[in-house]
Amino acid sequence: MAIILDHVSHVYGGDTTLSVKALNDINLVIPDGQFIGLIGHTGSGKSTLVQHLNGLLKATSGSIYFNGQDIDDKDYNRKELRSKVGLVFQYPEHQLFESDVFSDVCFGPKNLGLSKKETELRAYDALRKVGLPEECFYQSPFDLSGGQKRRVAIAGVLAMKPEVLILDEPTAGLDPKGREEILEQIVKLREESGITIILVSHSMEDVAEYVDRILVMNHGEVMYDDVPREVFKHYKELESVGLAAPQVTYIMHKLKAAGLGVDENATTISEACEEISKVLL
Amino acid sequence: MLRDITLGQYYQTESVIHRLDPRVKLAGTVIFIISLFCFDKGWGYIGAAIFLAIVIKLSKVPFKFMIKGMRSIMFILMITVVFNLFLTPGEVVVSFWKLQITKEGIRIAAFMVIRLAMLLIGSSVMTLTTTPNNLTDGMEKAMRPLKVLRLPVHEIAMMMSIALRFIPILMEETDKIMKAQLARGADFESGNIFKKAKAMVPLLVPLFISAFRRANDLAMAMEARCYRGGNGRTKMKPLVYKKRDAIAYLVLFAYLAGSIAVDKLLW
Repeated sequence: MAIILDHVSHVYGGDTTLSVKALNDINLVIPDGQFIGLIGHTGSGKSTLVQHLNGLLKATSGSIYFNGQDIDDKDYNRKELRSKVGLVFQYPEHQLFESDVFSDVCFGPKNLGLSKKETELRAYDALRKVGLPEECFYQSPFDLSGGQKRRVAIAGVLAMKPEVLILDEPTAGLDPKGREEILEQIVKLREESGITIILVSHSMEDVAEYVDRILVMNHGEVMYDDVPREVFKHYKELESVGLAAPQVTYIMHKLKAAGLGVDENATTISEACEEISKVLL
Repeated sequence: MLRDITLGQYYQTESVIHRLDPRVKLAGTVIFIISLFCFDKGWGYIGAAIFLAIVIKLSKVPFKFMIKGMRSIMFILMITVVFNLFLTPGEVVVSFWKLQITKEGIRIAAFMVIRLAMLLIGSSVMTLTTTPNNLTDGMEKAMRPLKVLRLPVHEIAMMMSIALRFIPILMEETDKIMKAQLARGADFESGNIFKKAKAMVPLLVPLFISAFRRANDLAMAMEARCYRGGNGRTKMKPLVYKKRDAIAYLVLFAYLAGSIAVDKLLW
């Protein structure tokens, strides 16, 4: 029960002069229940990769298996795959179209052919999960704030009860408060339902604190695939591909260089706090 | 899916045709189309086909790429063929049920297909080798004399270049929204025509909203940079005719005269 990618490559614009190799020989295993941070510079292929996971893009070569079945098989039910692997796109609020929030969230489950009652139950449940205040449920989605719109859009995917939830830059364009709220909701969601989550981002800060595993992508290839602590050890290489380790990493390295006996591989602020107080107190 | 429509797209490469002044290419397209409708025997079309083949070869745009964009137009082409084939009165060749195919019908249908196909390929050579900006620049300059008639030439050109500029953006947007709705289990393909039309709502509403949002943002950005229409506006890269443009004009007129002469003089 996992997603397996076997030598997956993808080329955009096959036979034109503008052909671009977006993914190059990706091999991955994504086990159930893992919280993964997918990181890469703009154009590194992360959005392309996640669109393969629910069959929106077809790999130019290689195969993808979901729960043991090849998703490229002719008789594979791709609609079901899309309900199992929920993908929340970048700026998902741009996909809202219904006249009120509740009906918009109902769109996904309705497409799965569920009964009206089940659909509404799921929509209600999803909206509660993303923490949208109840008085907004019957408002027009276009009257909401940016952060609220985004939650409605995330709820629209959650209502399909996916086993894997992929979020493509869920915090892009939000203010720090909205950012934190969304990330907290995602963490809470994972604690409550234990689903697999893939968080796509280009900010290490976003993911360092929460994820079990970080995938760093560069030029369509997986550059690092490890736990955060190990990945951030390569902070110099990360810089060279236009990424940065969390600020904590830099502080810890500087402290270490200044002669303080701290563990420079602390990845979160709380870990760093502990380390520093251990040395100083 | 939407990316397959190449009509009106620009194909980036380095060639003589790409470097020509857009006014030459505009005039060339018009001359080519005029020539197509002047012929009334087969010979002219052979000449036109040879001319077109040479231009395509010079433009370095793969012919396969050009044809790919025409698939969607095939359907319209087929309709004209069917109408001409069955509805032209004249000497009957085949008849069954209430339909009859006439000799004149076959002739007109064949000519129509050749004309339209060449017309489409000819005009796509222009759009494939000219950037939208260049194209509207060329139009603006070519239409400048109409300013005397108080025609807002600059504004029309600006509207056109914005419209052209937004085609790829809106296509990309459509693609994105389509994918987002597919990810939510939307189905754009199955069902009858009414069901399909209804399935478009989740696509069209966000698309319109984003088009308006973009239009609004663009208007703001233009105002913020003190755009105030065409009066007193200068160009960063003004269009200037070069020697190759003069040669191209000569070639064009030679083609027009030559092909019509061939068509009229040969039996």
